[in-house]
Amino acid sequence: MNMMSESAVEKALDQKMSDASHKMIGKDVSVYYGEKRALFDVNLNVRENTVTALIGPSGCGKSTFLRCLNRMNDTIEHCRVTGKITLDTDDIYDQAIDVVELRARVGMVFQKPNPFPKTIYENISYGPRIHGLSKNKADMDQIVEASLQRAGLWGEVKDRLHESGTGLSGGQQQRLCIARAIAVSPEVILMDEPCSALDPIATAKVEELIHELRANYTIVIVTHSMQQAARVSQRTAMFHLGQLVEENDTDKMFTNPDDQRTQDYIMGRFG
Amino acid sequence: MNTSLILLILAIIGIAGYVVGARYSMALVGGISSKLHSRPGYYGSFVAVWAIVPAVVILFVWLVASPMYISSSVRGAFPEDVKAQSQAEQGLSYGMISSIARGMNALTREEIARVENNPVELRTALGAKGVPLAGDPKPFMVKAAADLNTMTFVSRMLMTIVVLAASIGGAFSAYRQIAPRFRARNRVEKVILGSLVVASSIAILTTVGIVASMLTEAAHFFAAVPAWEFFFGTVWDPRFAAAGSGGSEGQFGLIPLLLGTLYIGFVAMLFAVPIGLFSAIYMSEYASPQVRSVAKPLLEVLAGIPTIVYGFFALTTVGPFLRDISSQLNGLVTGDYANFIQAQSVLTAGFVMGIMLIPYVSSLSDDIITAVPRALRDGSLGLGATRSETIKKVVLPAALPGIVGALLMTASRAVGETMIVVLAAGVAARLQINPFEPMTTVTVKIVNQLTGDLEFTSPQTLVAFALGITLFAITLCLNIYALYIVRKYREQYE
Repeated sequence: MNMMSESAVEKALDQKMSDASHKMIGKDVSVYYGEKRALFDVNLNVRENTVTALIGPSGCGKSTFLRCLNRMNDTIEHCRVTGKITLDTDDIYDQAIDVVELRARVGMVFQKPNPFPKTIYENISYGPRIHGLSKNKADMDQIVEASLQRAGLWGEVKDRLHESGTGLSGGQQQRLCIARAIAVSPEVILMDEPCSALDPIATAKVEELIHELRANYTIVIVTHSMQQAARVSQRTAMFHLGQLVEENDTDKMFTNPDDQRTQDYIMGRFG
Repeated sequence: MNTSLILLILAIIGIAGYVVGARYSMALVGGISSKLHSRPGYYGSFVAVWAIVPAVVILFVWLVASPMYISSSVRGAFPEDVKAQSQAEQGLSYGMISSIARGMNALTREEIARVENNPVELRTALGAKGVPLAGDPKPFMVKAAADLNTMTFVSRMLMTIVVLAASIGGAFSAYRQIAPRFRARNRVEKVILGSLVVASSIAILTTVGIVASMLTEAAHFFAAVPAWEFFFGTVWDPRFAAAGSGGSEGQFGLIPLLLGTLYIGFVAMLFAVPIGLFSAIYMSEYASPQVRSVAKPLLEVLAGIPTIVYGFFALTTVGPFLRDISSQLNGLVTGDYANFIQAQSVLTAGFVMGIMLIPYVSSLSDDIITAVPRALRDGSLGLGATRSETIKKVVLPAALPGIVGALLMTASRAVGETMIVVLAAGVAARLQINPFEPMTTVTVKIVNQLTGDLEFTSPQTLVAFALGITLFAITLCLNIYALYIVRKYREQYE
């Protein structure tokens, strides 16, 4: 009896807090690639200052959903998105929303490190420059240093800022891409399997970085590694065949999931 | 037996060898093909190859060697007074003998007997059969012609026998080699490899041959005209002297032609590069697949138009248009309706050549821009860059080395282009910088020096080879440099 009421209270609290702190809200999101439907009415909310992990077998739609959040799907021919996604209170698919502005608020880090074939400094200053975030050179230097500091890369590259970014190691390149995303001061950072091309040591560094970034940013990460989802995230959403199977606290998800399919996937029975 | 009949027989022997070889190999293992080292077809091919290849090689060597041998033995039998003549006159005599020999084949036996004693009648007799002779034949010629005919006949007979014997012998010895563990497949594969090597070496050797022939002729030219006068001379005045007048060597200065070539090429690139590049950017970055599938082939139709057509487009349309519009403009401004653009001018040739080059620029750049990894575009777009910012700041810089390479290749086409400039640039070799006046190019002068009835002994014609080798060196350097740049760029993404 006592336990019941306690858990009910906690649930209510949790509900209240999560309602207040939903950074992005996806409602009935469906995606079609031409005739093929890739996502089926997904309702998924992203909490502020939280790392949300999206897991599921290949082709389940988790990356597709991620790319809806900053409208990167717009760049794909014949791709159509229905439903409603809001960032704070703005409907991001609204006519009034400028996609350029949206992507400045919702940054993205990709599966393969993709630094521009420019110097490290230019890689970081690229975003601030196109958005006019700095007034002068000193200002820009400041932004570059702060971004690299946050990405934990400053110590490694501060002496070679004007060498090519493509000359860094894979892990450094990925952290450079994260620094590049941070440099525009986004509110949300989307990461699409950011460690899949990295070795375990580089992966550990990036995971540590994600953990630290949580304090200032809302992070959504797609990952194939169950351990990674367990290590870095507070909330986990499981996708299967274009549908959201379950969304829950990560702890609960990996110990006592509500849905049998989640259980099977986590135990490695399919996927 | 004539050559095509021999080839036909060889083909029949080859096919028969194939069938027999394949059947025999199967018979050896009692129809169980898995016991054979190679599939039956390979044994058949092995026999066919041995039946055909050595015989064909012998045939061609014979066809080349026997006329040379016969000719030298006929010449060796010339009377002493003819041998004392120059090589050219001996050549004429031999030419007449071979005409007589050809004609005699058409005469009946009685006619031959009649003319053998009376060579003068021979000319009329042969004329009646449709074989004209250049002059009255001398008595020794008739005998030589008869010898020639005999030798040709014997050579043919021998050739037929040897070739067919080689074919049948080859087929038979190959047939004897067939055994269940005989590695026919490996042998046949080697023959295929060999034929591919031969094909590619023919292409390479032809290039070497062309360069060598240009070099030898150019060397003759440089024996007559000092190299520094050619490469650094500023006056082009080859002065076609009337035969035998002498004393007018002419001046062969390359500089005016080279500058004309580069100037016209530069004007052409001025038109082609922006238009080609912008259309490439549109095609690769903005156009929807439907637009692209229609517009790209349409643009490439331009590349299929023969350059002579561009030439008369320039000559009859663009040139007069520019001339008239310049006269109208001049009239509006100054009241004097004199045209300041000539119909044949650097501008006309450059403009039309620029149009010709657009598809090269756009198609090459399109491929290079499309090859820039999608990840880079996504990275830029994901940071909130617009499409044009992404293109300007990420895609084009990444593609720049490749684009420069493409432009260099296009430039080498502009330098080597002939028909447009022949018709639209003018022929006056002048050193000047006004784009509205005619200038001339290296290629135009090559055409000028080589058209008409000329012998290749005077510097006036030999200069064409010096010009050609210069042009070749320029375009070769441009292409090598372009390939170097393109290759360097490729290494970045692999």
